[in-house]
Amino acid sequence: MREPVIKTEKLTKRFGDFVAVNEISFETYPGEIFGFLGANGAGKTTAMRMLCGLSIPTSGKATVAGFDVFTHRDDIKQNIGYMSQKFSLYEDLTVLENIEFYAGIYGLTDREIKDRTDELIQKLGLQKEAKHLVASLPLGWKQKLAFSVALIHRPKVVFLDEPTSGVDPVTRRQFWNMIYEASANGVGIFVTTHYMDESEYCHRISIMVDGNIEALDTPANLKKKFEADSMDEVFYQLARGAKRQAD
Amino acid sequence: MLNHITKTYNDGDIVAIDDFSLNVEKGELFGLIGPDGAGKTSIFRILTTLLLPDKGMATVVGYDVVKEYNAIRGCVGYMPGRFSLYQDLSVEENLTFFATVFGTTIQENYYLIKEIYEQIEPFKNRRAGKLSGGMKQKLALCCALIHKPEVLFLDEPTTGVDAVSRKEFWEMLKRLKAQGITILVSTPYMDEATLCDRIALMQAGKILSLDTPDNIVKAYPVNLYAFKDENIYTLQQNILANELTESCFPFGENLHVTLKDETDSSLQDLLKSLKERGHEQIEHQKITPVIEDCFIRLMKE
Repeated sequence: MREPVIKTEKLTKRFGDFVAVNEISFETYPGEIFGFLGANGAGKTTAMRMLCGLSIPTSGKATVAGFDVFTHRDDIKQNIGYMSQKFSLYEDLTVLENIEFYAGIYGLTDREIKDRTDELIQKLGLQKEAKHLVASLPLGWKQKLAFSVALIHRPKVVFLDEPTSGVDPVTRRQFWNMIYEASANGVGIFVTTHYMDESEYCHRISIMVDGNIEALDTPANLKKKFEADSMDEVFYQLARGAKRQAD
Repeated sequence: MLNHITKTYNDGDIVAIDDFSLNVEKGELFGLIGPDGAGKTSIFRILTTLLLPDKGMATVVGYDVVKEYNAIRGCVGYMPGRFSLYQDLSVEENLTFFATVFGTTIQENYYLIKEIYEQIEPFKNRRAGKLSGGMKQKLALCCALIHKPEVLFLDEPTTGVDAVSRKEFWEMLKRLKAQGITILVSTPYMDEATLCDRIALMQAGKILSLDTPDNIVKAYPVNLYAFKDENIYTLQQNILANELTESCFPFGENLHVTLKDETDSSLQDLLKSLKERGHEQIEHQKITPVIEDCFIRLMKE
C-alpha cells in the first residue's frame, strides 16, 4: 500500500458556534489528481487552509506530506506547493527573480537554484522573457510559470486553488496537460475549480456541502450513483440542498 | 451601439479593444464571452461613460457616450466586476443611497428588485462589507436596478460563483429581460453563452464571432467526434501523434477530435490504428459542438 500524501480523519474546524468543516475524512495518494469541489461557503477554503498549515484544526487528525497539521505546520509549508489564480507571482519582479525568490524561500541551495532555474526557463521556453517583468507576460504564461514555481522544491503534494479561472479554453487545457505531467511524475494534486468539465479530469472528486463531504468517488462512479450524464448534474443535485451561503 | 471603437492603454502600448463594432437591440440579452484580457471590462467602462475611447463612437439608448454622458448615466445600471458599494453602509442604506442619487425611492421600483431583495432583507442592517460573496452580488444587482434602468450592464457577475448559484443568477436575468430591460452581460464561462439571445466571442480586443449561440454552433465547419477510453491521457498522446488528426483536446470525460480528411475511411483508419496501439475499448461518436468547441476553433484560426 502506498503512503497517502494527504490523510484526514474527522478533521473539524469551528469558529464559535459555526462548524465550518465537519469531520471530513479522506486520503489522497502520490500521483493522484484529487478534485475538491463544493458550493461557495461549503468550507473548502477553511479545509484547504488547515491542510496547508495556515489554520489549526479544532479537532480530528490529519497529515500532509507525512507531517501532522497540529504539530508540524512549518514542515508542511516546506513540503507542499501552492498556487492560486489570485496570487502567486510578484508582478514587479522579473521571471528569473520570481523563480529564484521562490526557490530561495523553499530553502534550495545556490547550486540547486541555478540548475532548476535554467531547467525551468528551458522547459517553458521563456529564454527571451527571463528578464522581463512578470506583469508583462500573457495570463496563460503567468499561470504556467506559477505552477512550475509551485513545484520548484519538488513537493509531494501541490494545492491548486481555482488555478484556471478566467483563462481562455485553449490555455486552460494546456494547463491541465501540465497537471497530468506532474501527476505522472508522482506529485499528488489537490485542486479546486468551478469548471465542472474540469472535474472530469480528476481521478477522484469530493463534493462538500455545508461543511461535510457528501460524496467522494471517481467521476464515473459519481455519475452512475446519481444517475447523471455530467458532473454538472451531480454537483447540482448535491449542492442544491445547501443551506449555507458564505465566502 | 458601438462603432469601430478602439481603446489603448499606456500610450498605445496595450490595445485593449481593437476597432470593435457591436449593435445590441432593445430588450436583448447580449453576452460578451471571453477570457480575462479580452477587453470586456473596457467595453463596459466606455458604454457606461467611465472611460473615453481613443477612436470611434458609441451610443447607448441613442445618446453619445462622450457628448451626452450625463443622459446615459441616468438611464443605465452598472454592476462592475469588483464589488463597489459602500462597505461601511448597511444593506438598506446602500439601496436608499442609490435610489436617492437617481432621484427615485425604493418603493417606486420595488417590484423590480422584490424577488432578489427578499433574499437579503433579513440582513438589511448588516454592513455591506460584512456580507458573503453571494449576498454582495445580490445587493449590487438591486442597487443597479433600483432606478429602473433601460440598459443593465453586468460585468462578470458569475465569476468565481459556484455552479448552482450561477444557474439561479441566470434565471434571475431571464425574468429581468421579461420586464423589458436590455441586458449586456459578460462571462468567462462558455457554457453560459447559450443562455443569451446573441453573443460576441471575444479574444484580445477583437470579436471572433457574433451571432446567436445556435448559429455559431451551426457554423462549425467540420465534423467533431468524441473519443473515450480508460486511459484518456495516453489516448490523447496517441491521437495527436497520428497524422490523420487535425486537432484533439480534452473535454470533460471525452476527447474532442477533428480530422484533416472528412471521409469515413479516414475515421476508420484512425480507429484501427488506435486499437492496434492498445485502445481496444475505445468508444467514439459524432457530436454537435458546443460554444467552447467553436471558441477553441476560432482562436486557432
